[in-house]
Amino acid sequence: MPQYDVLVIGAGLAGMRAALAAAEGGASVGIISKVHPVRSHSNAAQGGINAALNPEDSWESHAYDTVKGSDYLGDQDAIEIMCREAPEEILHLEHLGVTFHRNEEGKLGTRAFGGASAARTYYVADITGQAILHVLYEQLMKHEEVYRSEEYFVTALVQDDSGHVAGAITRNLRDGTMALVNAKKVILATGGNGQIYNPTTNALVCTGDGIALAYRLGAPLMDMEMVQYHPTTLQGNGLLITEGARGEGAHLYNAEGERFMEKYAPNKMELASRDVVSRAEQTEINEGRGFDDGTIHLDITKVPRKRIHESLREIVMVARDFAGVDIMNEPVPVKPGNHYVMGGIKTDTDGLCPLPGLYAAGETACVSVHGGNRLGANSLLDTLIFGRRAGAHAAREAKAMAMPTAAHSQVEDEERAIDTIVRRERSGRRVSEVKAELGKIMDARVAVYRDDEGLREALEVIKRLQEEAKTVAIDDKGTVFNQDVLGALELGFMIDNAEAITVAALERKESRGAQYRTDFPDRNDDEWLKHITVTHNGSGDGDVPELAYSEVTLTQWQPEARTY
Amino acid sequence: MTDFALKVRRYDPESGESAYWQDMDIALEPERSVLDAILKFKADTDNSLAIRCSCQAAICGSCGVRINGQSRLACNTQLGDASEEERSKDGTIVVEPMGNMPVLKDLIVDMDAVHWKKVQRVVPWLLPEGDPPEREYVVPAESMIDITQSMACIHCGACVSACLSMEADPEFIGPAALAKAYRFVGDPRDSQTEERLRDLAEDPHGIYDCTHCFACIEVCPKDVAPMNQIMRLRRRATGDYGIKDSNNGYGHEKAFVDLVQRYGTLHESQLLPRSFGQGSLIRSQVDPDSLKQLAGSLPTVVAGLKSGKVSPVKAIWHKKLPDQAQVRRIYEEVESRGERIELNLYIVGDDAENTDESPDAGAGKPAMGDSAEVDTGHRTTEEEEAGTQ
Repeated sequence: MPQYDVLVIGAGLAGMRAALAAAEGGASVGIISKVHPVRSHSNAAQGGINAALNPEDSWESHAYDTVKGSDYLGDQDAIEIMCREAPEEILHLEHLGVTFHRNEEGKLGTRAFGGASAARTYYVADITGQAILHVLYEQLMKHEEVYRSEEYFVTALVQDDSGHVAGAITRNLRDGTMALVNAKKVILATGGNGQIYNPTTNALVCTGDGIALAYRLGAPLMDMEMVQYHPTTLQGNGLLITEGARGEGAHLYNAEGERFMEKYAPNKMELASRDVVSRAEQTEINEGRGFDDGTIHLDITKVPRKRIHESLREIVMVARDFAGVDIMNEPVPVKPGNHYVMGGIKTDTDGLCPLPGLYAAGETACVSVHGGNRLGANSLLDTLIFGRRAGAHAAREAKAMAMPTAAHSQVEDEERAIDTIVRRERSGRRVSEVKAELGKIMDARVAVYRDDEGLREALEVIKRLQEEAKTVAIDDKGTVFNQDVLGALELGFMIDNAEAITVAALERKESRGAQYRTDFPDRNDDEWLKHITVTHNGSGDGDVPELAYSEVTLTQWQPEARTY
Repeated sequence: MTDFALKVRRYDPESGESAYWQDMDIALEPERSVLDAILKFKADTDNSLAIRCSCQAAICGSCGVRINGQSRLACNTQLGDASEEERSKDGTIVVEPMGNMPVLKDLIVDMDAVHWKKVQRVVPWLLPEGDPPEREYVVPAESMIDITQSMACIHCGACVSACLSMEADPEFIGPAALAKAYRFVGDPRDSQTEERLRDLAEDPHGIYDCTHCFACIEVCPKDVAPMNQIMRLRRRATGDYGIKDSNNGYGHEKAFVDLVQRYGTLHESQLLPRSFGQGSLIRSQVDPDSLKQLAGSLPTVVAGLKSGKVSPVKAIWHKKLPDQAQVRRIYEEVESRGERIELNLYIVGDDAENTDESPDAGAGKPAMGDSAEVDTGHRTTEEEEAGTQ
């Protein structure tokens, strides 16, 4: 049985950063990923990473922008930590080898981004996430003492008798073998859950695994109602056009040729925060001023060609290959699309969850630094800062404890559960059907605009799908790369995520950040300046999740009206 | 919606049976991808078909396969294009696992056993000198943009799959890993530039094992142009560091350039001895090592004589181009430049140049092309085209 001081689940930016920090802290480290690490969805972060590194800029300004961007739901102590530590983290990445864009003096150069009062986004063309992900993987290859299990899937977490998390049950996707991995500390860093929506900018792997694993164990999820719709995604396939395009000067137009952001955010225009821009677009579309295909136009032709080549090359390719649009000569049709979940497993500023032995970092976690709305280029920062803090803290804590015992019988339980899935009669619905129905209802009822009736309808569908997911038909009876069984397990995770989101959205009877309730259109600080936590209670079947509240930490910024 | 016929190579290692073809008929819009068709088949018909895929946007690099014989990503190959292209017989889209790597199941190959092992071979991490500075390393903006082309590699394996040199020599470090190596060699923050170059030049499966076939450039979905990165490694090794490797890479290049300068065309019968003699004809005939290699290449000479590529007369008396002055002018022009200019995808000249052109002419062209290199010294890309082995 493999044993580690620290076991990291997920090998995107948060996971790899956590693993490296834990190893630096002297811990023995294992890292597990269901895909090869460089396939992780951190790849897709195009625009950049925020830090107040310029002498003229300040971390307080970055923090204030983040607080305001969060619609005052972000915890200001956590935001302060993130913004204060950001410059050092950027420099650390630069020293490791990230090929950040330079200015003419050869120093780090920046670009403008939404919701920010200074140009403080550091970037590598429009492949920033990929560039950082690959450099962290280089470091993992260098530090062979971090043991990598690539293409392993975690089916469940295990606890010892006292409830301390003691490891995980893994399935080797290559041959289907299952094992118990014993660890003193477990860090969940499995990314987001965008696949519960259709369309989404998220990759097929983003099925909310870590969030569901923790939820099933009884860990509270926080801010789950806060789901970000990105303002510029391609119609149909939902692919992302970076906010960097607007940062470089691209404009948004409705079908009447109007630069409509003038009406919604006269100062920041296209660079208002994402919830504001997405809502503006959706309003234009709903009120009949969108194009016939339900889009508005993003005009990048205004950006100088040299800048497009240098820094938006990926977008040239994405628009060309997936929308048939030449962005240098014509506008690209876009619409708001599911992109990011601000919520996740509730953690403190060291990534520690209320469940002993369990940590979370990155999109899987909710510290909460993003509150009601995440600013562009703050997600990479979140993964790195809190990935590092979780890794370092877990390594420190692991030293002071003995290896918790994990009962091997849990492997057999999981093996039996999978056997049952594989062997049952093929009478149920197909995995793909259930997933498609889930994606459709979430995008219809739990999207930019929400109301009581729609959310209740969604919850009803989710409850039904939860039952149907238990009997989905499986075609593949084999053990080698059985993607069918994997899909069925992921589906279960996804539905848990959808339930938590919808329950929380129904509970929050106000409009704040990404949550806009047409039946409660105003922000209501008196009653709702607080986090909603969702906890799975009991064994599952038909249970209503438990809702609770927790205070928002305010340090130096009191809530104000939010205009851009 | 259009009906597309796909023929997909399937293999189940647990069945005990050999690989077979599965026919599928999929109705989708022509602009949808081959991956969309495969996912539709999995969703509606048989989810036991295995393919790695995730982002569906050509950024994660999971879905490398061969479509109609060519290595590419399933997610950015459109059905309409794939069924209409010349490679497709009667409109059928043939999908197979990538080449040069063992198949694990259906369209999934073992990238660890080949690709990642080779990446690990090039010491794929930055090796700076001493402790890092307090702030960032100050380096030229162009150098960062330059290596961003190699950083754009998504490790999909398409170039590895298509590499003809690797087919002949499975030990060849290969296009993806060598492009990765350039990412460090071209990085001014790295302190081991010469050591890296010497290592890759001296390895018999290193930079001189590439035969310059362009296959990797053709198939790369991210325009990384791996072969161009290999050529840059060679230029760095020979031009900047004068590394005289035991694989005759240096000698071959020098022989090539000198012969073209003297004759205007290639003097084939001198190429081999000069390559062995680090460019020198005399050295090739006195140096014991060179003589040994010359003797060893007798079969090549015989084959050349038989095929008529060289004749005893041509071997002694090689015709010069009538206008030698023109050839000289090319060499002078290139050599007069102060430094080697290496253009790549991200560096395409300034805006003034582009906006002068008509919008149509300027659109997209620089970004889509392969990297162009202009050399000073005695090398140009064209001259290297015949390869070195």
